[in-house]
Amino acid sequence: MAPAALVMEGVSKHFAGVQALSNVGLTARAGEVLALMGENGAGKSTLLKILSGAYAPEAGRIQIDGKPVTIASPADAHRLGVRVVAQEPEIIPYVSVAENVYAGALPRRGRLIDRAALRAKVAADIERSGFSGMIDPDQLGNSLSPAQRQLVEILRALSGTVRVIAFDEPTSSLSDHEAETLFALIRRLTATGIAVIYVSHRMKEILHIATRVLVLRDGQVVGERLAEETDEKELVRMMVGRDLSALFQRSARSPGRTILSVENVSSADVRDISFEVRAGEVVVLAGLVGAGRTELARAVIGDVPLTAGKIRVDGRALQLRSPRDAVRAGLCLAPEERKAQALLMKRSVRENISLAVLQRLSFWHVVNRREERQLAERYLRELHIRTPSIEQEVAMLSGGNQQKTVLARWLARDSKLLILDEPTRGVDVAAKAEIYAIIDRLAARGVAVLVVSSELPEVLGLADRIVVMKGGRVSGTIERADATEEKILSLAILDKAA
Amino acid sequence: MSQSLPDANASPPRHPPRLVLRRILEAIGVQNVSLLIALALLVAFIGGQNSNFFYSSNIATIGTTVAIVGILSVVQTVVMLLGGLDISVSSQAGLTSVVSAMVFMATQSAFAGIVAALVVGLGTGLLNGVIIIYGRVNAVIATLATLAAYRGLANLISNGRAQGYTGVDHVFIFLARGTIVGIPVLIWILVVVALLAQLVLHYTDFGRNIYAVGGNATAARLAGIPLNRYILAVYMLCGFVSALAGVLLTARTGSGQPTSGSQGLELQSITAAALGGCSMQGGKGTIVGTIFAVVLLGVLQNGLIILNVNSFWQDIAQGALLVIAVVIQQRRAGGRGIGLPM
Repeated sequence: MAPAALVMEGVSKHFAGVQALSNVGLTARAGEVLALMGENGAGKSTLLKILSGAYAPEAGRIQIDGKPVTIASPADAHRLGVRVVAQEPEIIPYVSVAENVYAGALPRRGRLIDRAALRAKVAADIERSGFSGMIDPDQLGNSLSPAQRQLVEILRALSGTVRVIAFDEPTSSLSDHEAETLFALIRRLTATGIAVIYVSHRMKEILHIATRVLVLRDGQVVGERLAEETDEKELVRMMVGRDLSALFQRSARSPGRTILSVENVSSADVRDISFEVRAGEVVVLAGLVGAGRTELARAVIGDVPLTAGKIRVDGRALQLRSPRDAVRAGLCLAPEERKAQALLMKRSVRENISLAVLQRLSFWHVVNRREERQLAERYLRELHIRTPSIEQEVAMLSGGNQQKTVLARWLARDSKLLILDEPTRGVDVAAKAEIYAIIDRLAARGVAVLVVSSELPEVLGLADRIVVMKGGRVSGTIERADATEEKILSLAILDKAA
Repeated sequence: MSQSLPDANASPPRHPPRLVLRRILEAIGVQNVSLLIALALLVAFIGGQNSNFFYSSNIATIGTTVAIVGILSVVQTVVMLLGGLDISVSSQAGLTSVVSAMVFMATQSAFAGIVAALVVGLGTGLLNGVIIIYGRVNAVIATLATLAAYRGLANLISNGRAQGYTGVDHVFIFLARGTIVGIPVLIWILVVVALLAQLVLHYTDFGRNIYAVGGNATAARLAGIPLNRYILAVYMLCGFVSALAGVLLTARTGSGQPTSGSQGLELQSITAAALGGCSMQGGKGTIVGTIFAVVLLGVLQNGLIILNVNSFWQDIAQGALLVIAVVIQQRRAGGRGIGLPM
């Protein structure tokens, strides 16, 4: 067996009540490709960020070529020969590819940049990496396609002495031909004794390029297989199987009339989407990050224009031109980025709850403070929002209580359809259970609920029906009775439904 | 803290004295308390150097000089709360000052002159809003451009000279030098404008939505608040109040002034709002804070004159104060090391 270039042992990391990694170990051998798999939130990204020096682990040891090292910063990682190729690289917009690649280490002659040397250097890099004809050193950063941005990131990573290089879903923006070029490059890299770590959801690719596959689930290593001795079915089985069923409760639901009906809708990011949500029903949009679920949610509430198709609310076709139209029609969105998109962080819990109903609380535009306080107090009790008072600044609340504040805002509006985009992201387990209970109560009360979720146990626990998306399209719809994690994951990641 | 014997019948006091003091402090705000302390120190220093400072005539002078910049600072606060900025307040005031005097000369009616100025102010404000919303132009750039354009327009229609003579009209005289219960009309106008702004911001859904838009525009949009309407309305309000300032300028100087008297008011109004605790990013700030800052700036200016300091120092002091105000804000916000500064 080839010598280990990188060894990570007992690595742990947690964020605000969520154990992102616990006691993870991996070994990347020189000249091999180690694939990392796991569903969203399994801990792959956290592991890569520890490797790149962006996060400091709470426990664990890292060895490179047998020597113990500490990676405390991206500069450390670079010096030690560790590279992580980001999925969405930072590209400086109005600057050439050459300068983007060598930003911070431009060749100089005296005090001036040596443009000729820079150009020659990058041209040679492109040639050597096999990217000839795919990217021009003089092209400006802002004009690069997603694939070319990825190439710039790879060229950056190849500068200096490289021992370990990790790719985070590198092919998600590449065409088949470009992906083949990348695989050829990876083979050349491994031939020179570099260890490659390869993170991807694409089974075919992984079985094609990887030597070994390491599967993570809930921040723990589930197992490791030799690529030639495993298959897609086994890997999917290893990725699923979390038990969170204790967190869910289900009241009797009796779905009523159709509230939302999405008919052949297309927008810039999604194609030909159709589904329905009925009153008293929870429909979950499942799929991988980047499958177009958030974009679909935004199209439904009129935040991005439809290029085709129709949206009916209560049977009536609506032309929603803005979220304001949607809110008035009873469609409300609790967005993914709570702090950046939903909350007035510097204002009180009361003001955050009443934001969407101020007009109703006002008489001749004077806000009735007493009614407003009563409303806030009521939701504080009903949703168990834990805060010293309704006057507390929302920024001081925990993630779970912030999310409940957002829910309270929309409950106060008596929405017909509530769209919750990743409602439990960054929320601890206890608050998760409470949010699930709130969603259940809403459905029992006859509200139509559309949840976007990337966590399979959550999808299964909440949904009456599951709409799985992949690459901007619906890849399948599963009723609750037939749903299993394997089925959802297969529809979300496999090229053909298994 | 000593406690008197409890009265068997009375319920225990809801707030012990220290809590009451804290509540009062919280109501005024920490930033405002530091402003008041700065004001007290400044008054003590200037008064110690020259006791003429305390004459009631001097106090009234301070009051009337801060009135025009005061109403502009109040409306600038509203614009900044929404997350915007209006640099063109001074040239809108200059333009409307000229308009009020010219229409007055043509009609011999102060009423017509004032109404014309206010209508022009609404129009210039509307144009600012339209450029910002539909042209998607950054508010600073848009109003910097109209600062120049409106000033040019004012000079164009007035040939760059003071227009007309309003010093004989009793309405203009009343505005400039009249008093109501012994207090100058100019101060009353400032009080009324500030009070109205405070009431609207504090008690109406309009005011609350202005804070929401400035605090988190995305959240406000998703909550169904019509952002564009708010931006248009606030810039029109700003134009309207700038026109009011223009009318007062005409009244005080006795003629329509295209530039003199209004130049620099944009800097002063932004300085006052920032010093009063208005966040440059929007969503944070109070009218009370701005008024304290206006008084502080007025006292400083008056003090520099009384103490015979070279008037050029005033501009330097003004600029320094704006920077200091924003630096204090950034420190308090605890800005973290991401983005520009190295």
